[in-house]
Amino acid sequence: MNATLCEQIPTASVSGATDRTLSHLRALEAEAIHILRETAAQFERPVLMYSIGKDSSVMLHLARKAFFPGRIPFPLLHIDTGFEYPEMIAFRDWFVAEIGARLITHTSPRAMDKSDNGVNPYALGTARCCSLLRTQALLHALRDYKADAALGGARRDEERSRAKERVFSFRDAHGQWDPKRQRPELWSIYNGRVSPGESIRVFPLSNWTELDVWSYIERENIPVVSLYFAEEREVVVRGDSLIPLDSRVRLLPGEQPVKRRCRLRSLGCTPCTGAIESDADTVSKIIAELRQFRRSERENRVIDHDQDGSMELKKREGYF
Amino acid sequence: MSVYRIATDGFPAARNASVASYLAAATDKPLLRFTTAGSVDDGKSTLIGRLLHDAQSIHDDHMEALRRSGLNRSTGPLDFSLLTDGLKAEREQGITIDVAYRHFSTARRRFLIADTPGHEQYTRNMATGASTADAAVILVDARHGLTAQSRRHAYIAWLLGIRHLLIAVNKMDLVSFDQEAFARIQTALHEAASKLPGVHFHVLPVSALDGDNVATRSSRTPWYEGPSLLELMETIEAPAWNTDAPLRFMVQYVIRPDLDFRGYAGRIDSGRVRAGERVTIFPSGVQSRVKRIVTFEGDLEEAFAPMAVTLVLENEIDISRGDWICGENGLPSVAPQFDASVVWMHEQPLQRGASLLLQHGATRVRAEVREIVHRVDPNTYEAEPASQLALNQIGLVRVETASALVCDRYRDNRQTGAFVLIDPINNFTLGAGMVKQIVQTEREQRHSIIREHHSTPVTPAERFQRYGHWPAVVVCRSAALRKKLERALFAVGAAVVALEAVPGRTQLRELLASGLILLVPPSTPPELEGTDWIEVVEPTSTQDYVQLILGELERLGLLVSRRFLLPAGGYVDVN
Repeated sequence: MNATLCEQIPTASVSGATDRTLSHLRALEAEAIHILRETAAQFERPVLMYSIGKDSSVMLHLARKAFFPGRIPFPLLHIDTGFEYPEMIAFRDWFVAEIGARLITHTSPRAMDKSDNGVNPYALGTARCCSLLRTQALLHALRDYKADAALGGARRDEERSRAKERVFSFRDAHGQWDPKRQRPELWSIYNGRVSPGESIRVFPLSNWTELDVWSYIERENIPVVSLYFAEEREVVVRGDSLIPLDSRVRLLPGEQPVKRRCRLRSLGCTPCTGAIESDADTVSKIIAELRQFRRSERENRVIDHDQDGSMELKKREGYF
Repeated sequence: MSVYRIATDGFPAARNASVASYLAAATDKPLLRFTTAGSVDDGKSTLIGRLLHDAQSIHDDHMEALRRSGLNRSTGPLDFSLLTDGLKAEREQGITIDVAYRHFSTARRRFLIADTPGHEQYTRNMATGASTADAAVILVDARHGLTAQSRRHAYIAWLLGIRHLLIAVNKMDLVSFDQEAFARIQTALHEAASKLPGVHFHVLPVSALDGDNVATRSSRTPWYEGPSLLELMETIEAPAWNTDAPLRFMVQYVIRPDLDFRGYAGRIDSGRVRAGERVTIFPSGVQSRVKRIVTFEGDLEEAFAPMAVTLVLENEIDISRGDWICGENGLPSVAPQFDASVVWMHEQPLQRGASLLLQHGATRVRAEVREIVHRVDPNTYEAEPASQLALNQIGLVRVETASALVCDRYRDNRQTGAFVLIDPINNFTLGAGMVKQIVQTEREQRHSIIREHHSTPVTPAERFQRYGHWPAVVVCRSAALRKKLERALFAVGAAVVALEAVPGRTQLRELLASGLILLVPPSTPPELEGTDWIEVVEPTSTQDYVQLILGELERLGLLVSRRFLLPAGGYVDVN
């Protein structure tokens, strides 16, 4: 038995004064498992949106727990934009095989075209590129699979418009989110009834923070992609961001590659994900770093800053 | 290529927890969930922005964005409300549209705030925020005193089960930190408290704009000796999940990976369960014993609320999603009819006869609104007659479900006493309900309906389920008439017997315990003392009698619905 859980469970000889209080992380874990089970029970064709990031890894770990000793009763769906880091794809294939999950990979045909005519952030700008390669591709994949529920790893602490998100978030037949049409959600009663074509996005990690996610990764020893850990990488300094170099990252006029010890705080496409300077090369160092951190997690995600309220606009279209 | 960093020994990695993670668990800070309420312009967003800022929970880039934005609707140097107003539409209009959830933590506690807006949709949003909160912060404008709106906020928080209300009397700077203004509000709250049993008001003078008594105590309120808002939030008792209450385990999902394993996955809503313990399944009433408490980390000896575990029982019984696994004592009610407080959340009003879906735990059933008992004026807390509940109104409603609901009163259990009402056509969540009392089990102690259990005696509730009525005594003068009535009632499915003489006291009690409707001749009161009885006089026709008797039985609550009786195919008129 896991030592961390033992510590929560009083022994039989202790009575009366026993403190039966779940630790904060155990309570979040129980809440997420409850939500995952509700999803499996309430829907015909749920799918878990697997982005390869740390939140996805945590969600997958929770799904294994929720249905143990059975298998995870829904497939994982990965939207491959064609701009993913090779480490991410390798990690995905290893992790999925390791836990015996079923994976569906969806790639927009336009994402594969790496010529100047293809979809890329340089030609179209980050907003349109993201809309085509992530949002539209996701909506197509969910439609193809006839998914009536899609589990995501989004958290309320990530961004202002996400702070208003329900655990069960209603999407119309076009996959769109309308803040005014969200269903009231009380207690832990989740209304997952939908008409054909409509769907629910489910967020089991709604009440977790970035620090909770890392603390849980440490406690449960959950594998994550090496990009999260600091090492010396070749980067280009673009504005306030460090962009790790990759074959698909183009140098803009005047830019020179430099070597920096850095790590990614959140994972996205190669051209649009910035690294932060860091020495944190273990999970506990990341946690120590976060405890003092004064900057938000998605700051290094270029897409969120296109325009004021840009995440809200993406959400309305069907992005997370 | 190294693609992962931690689990070098492959799966399952979680089985090797480190000493470091053990220590991390030991220092884990407790979480307090609270909700906020205030009228428009009470300065709620400013207060929360100020709390987050003073507790150093605002990221630097967010502060920079705030400084850069150039927007400032406040009179202070920085507009803290911009930190919390989330959606673009809100920032433009300067209002808060929906419930937003935010985290922050101090050295002593972690907080999850459900920030709810104070304008038109406030009742709906506040009820939503309050449903998961341990405490509420209610803002009152020092200049206006305790308004109808403040009273309403206190009522909703109390109705949803919150017992700690932190009343922040804001804008004290605008009344020159006048102690009298503060004292008037305290007095008004004292009166309100008398109508909200169990509520604890914690009142404190603040200025959200300047930060007085928000994170630290202010020197401008020397007459106030209490803690600052943040100190109070850090120290008030946070009601944890009730692990001493009777066991309620909601079966969400049946796990059957192979023929050898059948586990019931769910959450412990209250109480605790141990391996080897006897349990009762609801609504079937079947009993069994817990064989294993299964988790990914291994089997447990004991599990408690709010843990999510999988139970394996000793014998093969038919259990599915929506069933409840309970202990041997403190059993839930099983009833098709109950009265509930309902917060209505939809533009289309709730009316008597409405046919809806009711979601409770892992159960979703058809439900009909039998009656709007009354509406509550949330400003005066008085009940008033009503024929419907409009958007944001609160009232007591009698609900009947298509199959009996396993539930508790909300005041006894916040998880198993709560439900939502859903539109069966467009699936929208229309209202929130809290069970106040079970209708037919209020009479005597006819608690649970337990069917077909070999070793327990047949209960009145089981007889009720079979016969469709509770026992009754019907007094009827002529012997011929009693025989005719017996035939007529028998024909509509009643378990009825006509007697020649009034039985003795003990015998009468036994006959009634058997669930029968007894047709007896008139007798002296002592024999019938303590029994509900109906006297029939001046006969006209047998059919009228049957109707009369059924009507009386209904009025007394002995017969819940005539639908429970067998289809009669017309009454037998033996006249």
